[in-house]
Parts: sequence; structure tokens; C-alpha cells
Amino acid sequence: MSQDQFEDRPTTRWQRFKDNDIVWSFLQSPGAMIAAAITVISILACVFAPLIAPFDPFDPSQISLWDGKLPPSWSEGGQSKYLLGTDNQGRDMLSTILYGGRLSILVGLAAVCLGMVLGVTLGVVSGYLGGITDAVIMRIADVQLTIPGILLAILINGIGRAALPLELREEFAIYVVIIAIGLTDWPQFARVARGATMVEANKEYVQAARIIGLPGWLIMLRHILPNTLRPVLVIATIGLALAIIAEATLSFLGQGIPPTTPSLGTLIRVGNEYLFSGLWWITFFPAIALVVLVFAVNLLGDWMRDALNPKLR
Amino acid sequence: MTELLEIKDLDVDFPTRRGTVHAARRVNLKVSPGEVLGLVGESGAGKSTIGNAIIDLLEAPGQVSAGSILFEGEELRGRSEAEMRRVRGGRIGMIFQDPQTSLNPLMTVGAQLVETIQKTSDLRGAKADERAVELLEQVGITEAKARLKAYPHQFSGGMRQRVVIALALAGDPDLIIADEPTTALDVSIQAQILDLIKQLCRDRDLGVIIVTHDIGVIANIADRVAVMYRGEVVETGDVAQILGAPQHQYTKSLIAAVPRADRKLERFSSVDYIEGGTQPFRRIDIQSHWLGQSLRKRTTGTAIEVENLNLSFVLQKALLKQNRKMLKAVDTVSFTVAEGETFGLVGESGSGKSTVARLITGLYRPDSGLIRVIGQDVSSRPKSADARAARRAVQMIFQDPYSSLNARMRVLDIVAEPIRFYRLTDSEAETRSIVGDLLDHVGLGARAALRYPHEFSGGQRQRISIARALASRPRILICDEPTSALDVSVQATILNLLKDLQQELGLTMLFISHDLPVVRQMCDRIAVMRNGSICEVSDTETLFSAPEHAYSRHLLDLMPRMDLLGEA
Repeated sequence: MSQDQFEDRPTTRWQRFKDNDIVWSFLQSPGAMIAAAITVISILACVFAPLIAPFDPFDPSQISLWDGKLPPSWSEGGQSKYLLGTDNQGRDMLSTILYGGRLSILVGLAAVCLGMVLGVTLGVVSGYLGGITDAVIMRIADVQLTIPGILLAILINGIGRAALPLELREEFAIYVVIIAIGLTDWPQFARVARGATMVEANKEYVQAARIIGLPGWLIMLRHILPNTLRPVLVIATIGLALAIIAEATLSFLGQGIPPTTPSLGTLIRVGNEYLFSGLWWITFFPAIALVVLVFAVNLLGDWMRDALNPKLR
Repeated sequence: MTELLEIKDLDVDFPTRRGTVHAARRVNLKVSPGEVLGLVGESGAGKSTIGNAIIDLLEAPGQVSAGSILFEGEELRGRSEAEMRRVRGGRIGMIFQDPQTSLNPLMTVGAQLVETIQKTSDLRGAKADERAVELLEQVGITEAKARLKAYPHQFSGGMRQRVVIALALAGDPDLIIADEPTTALDVSIQAQILDLIKQLCRDRDLGVIIVTHDIGVIANIADRVAVMYRGEVVETGDVAQILGAPQHQYTKSLIAAVPRADRKLERFSSVDYIEGGTQPFRRIDIQSHWLGQSLRKRTTGTAIEVENLNLSFVLQKALLKQNRKMLKAVDTVSFTVAEGETFGLVGESGSGKSTVARLITGLYRPDSGLIRVIGQDVSSRPKSADARAARRAVQMIFQDPYSSLNARMRVLDIVAEPIRFYRLTDSEAETRSIVGDLLDHVGLGARAALRYPHEFSGGQRQRISIARALASRPRILICDEPTSALDVSVQATILNLLKDLQQELGLTMLFISHDLPVVRQMCDRIAVMRNGSICEVSDTETLFSAPEHAYSRHLLDLMPRMDLLGEA
């Protein structure tokens, strides 16, 4: 069944791109396309929040306490300029959600990147070297996995904050949260990367590189790492959704981002206090935004896992 | 007399998103009772597809699109799944390639046999057990009654294949389709299994279709042969006629490419019927080229010296040394290879020949013993610059062309890696031109440099592997079963290339193979290995004409009979 039995092979760059099996599987899966569209739109909306949002919730001159706690524009007492109503401080909900989502996605991405870099490095080293190095790294990972992630994040977060001088706490809160979530995340990445490395390290191209005389770090970097990235990317996508939730959870518990620069989690917490006073919109809309974003990212991760796994195709 | 099986104008199509692949086109075959039909062809020729089409087990999206399959005069096409199941279990038996995967590891052999017996007959209880014992005895398993309670992992590979054959016989079939039944087995077991199939065919008047890529298997067992090429049967005839006086051009070149065990030829006759890799590319003048610069450093003497080499693998870990279970993979092995010589290491799987290669390249470290390469001790971590240079002078070509190249690197970067790492050239432009020269020289063409490994066939990948090995300017090339994953016609071209390179560059070669005819064509001297130690070292011609060790004689006896082949 040789190549020339196939019909004409596409030639232009775009056609070749479409010809790629993963792109093809993507175009065949409506769920993946919808999820990708929602994810991309959410991310774009948040990135370009300063351009899209009708108000800047961080600019005190645009906030008036007189407009506080207004319901959405379509309900009784709503004002047309505040589409989704306002929160207790008079900030426009839509703008605040966009800005808050921006922070949530930023924290999520940064935390996943941190966890990924740390986990993949340790995982590849562990899988390639084996022996005592492997045993030590993986036992640390095992121990960490026995502690519920969110508890660990709270712990790291708490230590991080306590270590900072009082006046810097607000300013550095976001970095502390990123580090807390990233440090909680790495064992997943390490396990996946280690498994993939152990498979790759036994393949003959790695042996060939060793015979050429390349040093271990170069073999890991140039040969093994690129071949372990597929499963890592899948974990990273699902990890992004989890990191966004982790940030929201921390903020909801009052452990994360301070209310002055709200993330989605902070908004939900603030809104929660007013829920029983009937001000449902302050917590409802950020919650919906969070659920849709996380759901879309998760769907994308699921599709990617199936598309990249040749056994399921 | 009516034919047992008659296939008329069979077409099998695989519709894919890139268009329809015609796996079989207008195939006509006949099998009579008591006859073994060999279906031979190279990978992708469509031979397994035919076997699967007969019993309606084509992999999706394959489908029979035209033609008819008559089994004892009745049409098999268009039968319902339930009817086909009865045909498959009862009247047509199947033997698959890998006895590891065709048995259920969680069921005892007896339970699997009884299950099949109950499905295909009305024997129950003790009678079914009796029948199972009878079947096992028929396929040559001793103490069959006790073995019924054993699990497949307690059997060796050859024994498992016997069980698979017993399973195929359970429904008392009239036709057996055996798809590469001996490919996963060692030569000694291969001969036994083929004898068994042949004998069953005679005793029970069965029709047998053997699907194989191995001309040796065909020569041993088949009565008639159908040669397939790209989905078409190009030639059918008696085994003596096909092997001795082939008519079709493809059959001729296929047979010419089979390594001969009976005498040594200078080169393999060139196969003109295959695509890719044969068009002449510009060959470089080695003497003046960068690649030939290591030639000047040549000394006459010993290239590889191995003394009392030992290596054990831990099979079962334990804290205390005496509780560990060890496997002695290499047991006091000593040999020397002279500069410019081709030295063969032969043996069955598990004999330790690949381990020796990996010890010499430094992938493994020996427990004890000495390895000298060009006079430098490389058995421990090389300390001096000379020892490191000696280690670099040894390069290796691997068995599996699919895993020996990094799929994420361009061919240019794969081949240039040693040149760049050791800064063997003055500029990147020179590196690129040398990579181009290398690719030309191994018969791929310089344009291959910018493509990725997955765009090449197995034989072409093996050429890339060779180019990469040459890029280190080695003086010793270790070839670990370099062609056993390739089709015969491709094998011939790769072996020719290796021979040419060795002559031009004066390379020393350590050639590892289980395939005696190939070894005879390639090697000057041969060491026969068994269970980690060397039985015998002698000149190739001496070994083939007058083997000293009993095991060598045993191996030679098992070589497939090739006396049907004509004077090629």
C-alpha cells in the first residue's frame, strides 16, 4: 500500500496543515471546535479587557458608590450602562468579570507553566537517570500526592505571605498564589514525563545518541524532551482548568488575590456575602464565567487526549 | 474434483480519508485438500489481507468490493456474522503470527481448548477434556494431561504456537490459514512448527494457506506458491517452478535477493523491481573527501579485543546479594577482530550477541573483563582523550529502523549531530555539504536532508542510520541485525551498501545476525554464541563446510532448504 496509490497529495501550506491528522480530527469534532472557540474568545476577551470593557474597575474616578448594588440592566431598577449590574462598590460587573477573568487566566497559565517546567524537568531527569535520583524524586512526589492539593496550596500560600513584609503582601499576593499552585501541580507532570522518558530512553535513537558520545543533559534536552511533550501537553490543558479552579478556591477562601484587584474567585466570594440579601448577580455572573471557561478548557483537554493517543483512534 | 477453496477476481478496498487503497486486485487462488499453498510477498503486498478477507475479519475500513470466495463450492461473501462465526471456528482454522498474544494469558490452556471444543462440537465435560488432551498430543505436546492446567506463560514460544495450532484444529477444520506462523519464533522451533503443519496437512487431508514473507518457509513447506506484489498475484505455480524458474520479473528479482546459504557471492544481484533507493546517486571520491580523512590514521592490527567479558542482569531484585536472581547474559566471552575484517556473531535470540555489541559501544558496562578498541581500554568510563576517541570510532546500526531515528528531528540534524557536537568541520556550510554528500553516498540523495524520518520507508531509514554512523567517521561499524526488519529485496540493497562502504573506507565490521545465509554472505569470520558464551569461532567457509561444535552443526541443519533455487 504505497504512497502513490493515494490520490494526489495536497501541496499548498494550508492544505498540508489541514492534512495533518490532529487538525483533521479537530475539524471532525464539533465539541472540540466549540470548546476551542469558547476558550479562544474568553482568552481574547480577557486579554483585551481594557479595550472591550465599558469601565475600568481599578480607576476610582469611574466608580461611584451611588451606583452600587444595581441589578442587571434588564431587571427592575437596572441601568442600561451597567449591563450585568454593579457590585457592592459600584463597579460594573461586566468590566470586573473581564478584568477578573484576565487575572484568573494569567494566574492559571503562570501556575501551570511553573508546575510544568518543574515537573517535566524532574520527571525527565528521574526517568533518564533512574536509580537513587529517581527513587528520591518520585517518593517526594508520592508524599506530596497524599496531601490534598488545595490544602497544600493554602499551606504554601500562607507560608509565602507570612514570609513577606506586611506592606508587600498585597502587591506580591498574585505571585505567591502562582507559586503555591505551581508547586502543588508538579507531581502530575513529573509522573507523566517520567513514564514517557522511560519509554523513549530505551529506544534505539537514544542509544545511537549515547554511542555518538553526547552528554546526558544534551540527550535529555534534544532527544527525549521533545518526544515526551505530547502527553505533557494534554496534562497541561487539563491542569490549566484545575489551576484556574484552584486560584478561584484560594480567593474564595480569602487566601488568594485581594479584593482590590479582584479575580473571578474573589468576585464570587464578595458576591457570596450579598447572596442572601438578594443581590444574586454579584456572585452569579462571575461563577458562570468561571464554569464556562473551565468547562471549555476541559473539553479541549479531553479531545486532545483522544486525538494524541493513537490507541483510541 | 471440487476445490476446497476458490477465490475468484477478489478485490479488497480500504477507503481512507486520503482516497481508496486497493489492498487486493483481481486475486484468483485455489486450494485443494491436502495441499499447502504458500502466499508470499513483501510487506504491504496484501497477503494478510487475503487471509483475513476469506474469514471476513478484515480490519476496518477494509471491505471486499468485488469477486467471490467459494469454500467447498459455497459462497462465503455476504454471510451473516453468526454464520461466519460457525465457519471460522469449525471449518476454517486460523494460526496467527504471535503466540504471545493469540492466547488468553488469564485462562489455562485446557480451559481455552475446552471452550473452543464446546463451541464447535457437542462434546461436554470429561469428553471435551479427553478431546483437548488428544489435540495437544497431536501437536506434539508431551504429558498433555498435566499441561491442561498450565497457563500460557508456563509454555515456551514454540509450545505456545503448538497450542495455537491445537486450537485451530479443535473444530476439525478443512482449511487452515496460517499468517506468518513462524516469524516470531527461533529457527530451531520454526522447523518443528513447519514440519507439524505439513504433517497435519497430509494426515488429515487439510488445505493450508501459509502467508509469509520468507522464501525459506515457502521452500520448506509449500506445494504451490502464489507471489503477490502490490495487491496483485503476479505469478502462481508449483514451488519448484516458482523458486527454480520464475517467470515474472518481480518473482525473479525477489528470488535473486534471497541470501544464499550454499555459497558465497560477491554481491547480491541487484533487484530492479523495487521503488526508491536504487536510482544511482552521485558517489563521492572517498580518498579525497572529508569522510576519508580517518583512513590515513589506519594501522594494521587488531580493531577489537575482548577478553573474558562477563555481564549479568538482575532478574529479581533483593536486598541481599545471595537472594538476587541473576541472568548471565555474557559469560567469559573472548574474541579479537582484525582491522578491516567483518566478524559475525550468530546465535538464537537470548544468546547474548546484542549484549556483546552494547558492551563494546559502551552502552552497558561489563561486570568484569577487558574491551580494547584500537588498542585503547574502553571497558570502564574512558578517562584519556585517546580512549574517548577510540569509543567515538565505534558506531552502531540498529535493528529497528522505526525507533532508531528521532522522529522530531530533520534528517539533516540527525546526520549532522556528531559533526556539530565534535566540531568536525570549520563551518555550518561545510557541515551541510558533507551531510549532503553522505546522503548521496548512501543512496538517498541530498534532498532528503530537509525531510523528517516518517517520510521514508524502512530501507531508506536504515540508510539514514548508516549516514549518521558514518558522520562520526568511525573505523568500526557494529551492525545489530541491520536488515532483519526489512523485506528481502530491500535487505539485498542495504547489505550491498554496507559491503561497498566497508571496502571503500576500510571499515572493521561486527555483524550480528540470527540469519545464517546473510552472515555467510557478509562475514570473514564467525563466532557462534549460545546462552551468553561462544561455542566456536572459525572462518566462514570452514564453519559452513565443517562445523566443529555440535551446536553449530545443529544451527546449520536448521537452515531453510534452498536447493530448489536455480542458479541465479
